[in-house]
Amino acid sequence: MNNLAIKKEEYTATKNACKLCTPLGASLVFKGIRGAVPLLHGSQGCSTYIRRYLISHYKEPIDIACSNFAEETAIFGGGANLKIALENIRRQYDPELVGIATTCLSETIGDDVPMFIREYKDMCEGQELPPIVHISTPSYQGTHMQGFHGAVRALVEGVAEKREQDGRINLFPGMVSPADLRHLKEIMKDFGIPFTMLPDYSDTLDGPLWTEYQRIPPGGTPVEEIRAAGSALGSIEFGSVLAMEKESAGRSLFKKFAVPCHSMGLPIGVDETDRFFNTLSSVSGKPIPAKYQEERGRLLDSYVDGHKYVIEARAVVYGEEDLVASLVQFLKEIGVIPVLCASGGRSGHLQKIIAEMIPDDEQKNIRILENADFTDIESMAEELKADLIIGHSKGYTMSRRLNIPLIRIGFPVHDRVGGARIHHIGYRGTQELFDRIANTLIEARQNASSAGYTYM
Amino acid sequence: MTAIPILKERESQIYQKGTQPFQMKCGKHSLAGSVSQRACVFCGSRVVLYPIADALHLIHGPIGCAAYTWDIRGALSSGPELHRLSFSTDLQEKDVIFGGEKKLYHALSELIDIHQPKAAFIYSTCIVGIIGDDVEAVCKKVSKEKGIDVLPVHSEGFKGTKKDGYKAACDALFKLVGQGSTEGISPYSINILGEFNIGGEAWIIKDYYRRMGVEVVSTMTGDGRVDDVRRSHGAVLNVVQCSGAMTFLAEMMKEKYGIPYIRVSYFGLEDMSKALYDVAAHFSDKPEIMEKTKEIVREEISHIYPELQKIKAAVQGKKAAIYVGGAFKAFSLIKALRYLGMDVVLAGSQTGNDTDYETLRDMCDDGTVIVDDANPLELSKYIIEKKADLFIGGVKERPIAYKMGIGFCDHNHERKTPLAGYSGMLNFAKEVYLTVSSPVWKFAPARQLSVNSDQLLTDFNPRPNTEHRTLNT
Ligand code: SF4
Ligand code: SF4
Repeated sequence: MNNLAIKKEEYTATKNACKLCTPLGASLVFKGIRGAVPLLHGSQGCSTYIRRYLISHYKEPIDIACSNFAEETAIFGGGANLKIALENIRRQYDPELVGIATTCLSETIGDDVPMFIREYKDMCEGQELPPIVHISTPSYQGTHMQGFHGAVRALVEGVAEKREQDGRINLFPGMVSPADLRHLKEIMKDFGIPFTMLPDYSDTLDGPLWTEYQRIPPGGTPVEEIRAAGSALGSIEFGSVLAMEKESAGRSLFKKFAVPCHSMGLPIGVDETDRFFNTLSSVSGKPIPAKYQEERGRLLDSYVDGHKYVIEARAVVYGEEDLVASLVQFLKEIGVIPVLCASGGRSGHLQKIIAEMIPDDEQKNIRILENADFTDIESMAEELKADLIIGHSKGYTMSRRLNIPLIRIGFPVHDRVGGARIHHIGYRGTQELFDRIANTLIEARQNASSAGYTYM
Repeated sequence: MTAIPILKERESQIYQKGTQPFQMKCGKHSLAGSVSQRACVFCGSRVVLYPIADALHLIHGPIGCAAYTWDIRGALSSGPELHRLSFSTDLQEKDVIFGGEKKLYHALSELIDIHQPKAAFIYSTCIVGIIGDDVEAVCKKVSKEKGIDVLPVHSEGFKGTKKDGYKAACDALFKLVGQGSTEGISPYSINILGEFNIGGEAWIIKDYYRRMGVEVVSTMTGDGRVDDVRRSHGAVLNVVQCSGAMTFLAEMMKEKYGIPYIRVSYFGLEDMSKALYDVAAHFSDKPEIMEKTKEIVREEISHIYPELQKIKAAVQGKKAAIYVGGAFKAFSLIKALRYLGMDVVLAGSQTGNDTDYETLRDMCDDGTVIVDDANPLELSKYIIEKKADLFIGGVKERPIAYKMGIGFCDHNHERKTPLAGYSGMLNFAKEVYLTVSSPVWKFAPARQLSVNSDQLLTDFNPRPNTEHRTLNT
């Protein structure tokens, strides 16, 4: 197994990165809290670039404030700027929560943000302040995923309380799409389980047109529900790589409030979705609604109808580690070979997880690439003669050059509309993925055939 | 309607013509906690240097700054496309502690070996200034070893504004100027500065100059080549496009090489024609050039005139809001919109200076709001209050307009359609027309009462030939 992971040289450049920086993930989480304003502590560029990157995918207004370092700030520290920023945010946005994420700059100069927050609170004595949650997100210590999971954890650690148990379940879905989040809410409602889902940017980042301008788009997890997370029946946390990390929101709630934590992969594919539904049912003591049994039935039926089109197709999969791991699990279920599984993340867990899912990975010559960039992925995709690329839109260049079809999933999708509405999870999300994969392969065959059959 | 509050500290950067004495402040550092639409010094440097297609662009710092600028712009190249790749030293924690020089050295050497660029630009981002890497020394060393120019660009994001980034880029470019041979350059020659070949705009402009009988020595930096920059001091005149980004370089070339410069804009019929005439006037010793120019202007305008008139009939009286990076672009846009019979109700820029805003004030009608370094809340407030039908800006402004049911036209570096030149003006007009007249606005709750979409549906349909001309010279 060891010979399969190709470690990158220590001192080479990253060429066309397959990862983003930490505060992006944190900002995304804060966008999923009702009435929250994300605030990046550092200089202007980072927040503007991150906004632009997010807006190009979600196509929604995304305000992320910044403490706007100037040259003196970098010398004397960012305390004063942070306080002015908090003050101005409160005046302009009247937020229900402010989520502060640091940037490389404020981290490198060693700003003590928790102290600044304490000082600010002292300054505001007697006023009613919204919760101010802080997460340290230097980008040289991880990718956007560390920022994402870290912000979820910071929120529960900063806000959740122990109260009377009210039968709720906490859901920590990870970095999924607004469509996925909506689906999860639907499932919880159909089960009739009260829940706290953190974050929930299904409305804030995929909302309707407005009658009047919204300073902060409506929707998101209410702060009140985050408070209640400490008194839940249990937590369900998606992400198989996250499950192997030392810390997470779910585990933190377990340690602090003894809320049991159930970790699992993203529910993509029948097996993982079964696991999710069964866990929901056993934790809540409620039966799985018939509607989902039906969805499952249709999905299995389509697996059978389409199995010959997809079997042994060779796929390149890349993206966040949690997503890649779950996709591999799903692809295995339908007989697609994930010949290359790549991520810009470097948790060190991906290889082990995939080896467990596909014990004969070596025979199948499956490559697993951590800390990968698109130059690595492209050259390997070419060598491996892939039939299919599955990942976000930054793989388009390689798809075009190698003439291998790209199925756009995850984040970002910058070259199509509807990125926010791509559905990946549950039986229904899997169904959509399966149909797209099968149809892409059918289309490739159809296009390649000289006869141009109208039946396939 | 929810009142949108304006921060007190921001009030001096907003002016409404005809309602108050003009005392606009600008050039200020963005207010902490406001959501500025501005980027950073690094962004300014990238804007200027990015289109140089045969140079290596290595971003020294953590990954974000490089990842977010990967293939971000529509700057086309007719040959190599090195500029479309994103290279980063991707600093990790140990580099931050022990310094990133070693990594920079190795990464740079490796990249030069692989890509064989004509020169390399090394952009320092924020933390490089803090961890104290001697980027200059590494560049010198690699330059010596590899035998190409390796130019540091001092673009630490927090050390100023986007303008300082333009300047840092011009400093780097200036080091190349003067290195090449100027043999064979015509006495009727120019450099095009501040034209970035978005969607092929530089090709359109260069074609006009070619037809005028004027040689273009180098385009900085659209479809740019290192060797052209090296011999650019052989040109007789620098023609600086409005963005203000490259006046720094023009000044330096004037001082050192005595090359005069003129400022132009290629947006809109009026400014486009003026640009060509001004260049022709500079070569008054050769009257054929002016003759040719008149012919070209006449020919180009007559080519697009009928279609422009149809569009004008359809968009006349509509209200537009403009928020762009540089104030010069705003001037051209105001003229272009006026040509189409539209009213400008808001005009603003990220980086305008005092004189820019005075010019804007003089150009605008009473009631027009003028803003410097606006944030989304301010922009939304005024487009709603002023009942704009169209917003012209960049990606970050687009969703603000759309949410409120207002048409949008991208006039940023990220667009893929050429809007410069005569054919560009037609593209612009078409885009304005298409977005303003879409039937979807009638479903927008904020606009339901104010738009009567039927009135826009004329028999005119510009769809069939939206395809633009890209002239590859
Ligand atoms: S400095 Fe750090 S936080 Fe800012 S964009 Fe670069 S990587 Fe991201
Ligand atoms: S780190 Fe600095 S240079 Fe990079 S994007 Fe942020 S502000 Fe700009």
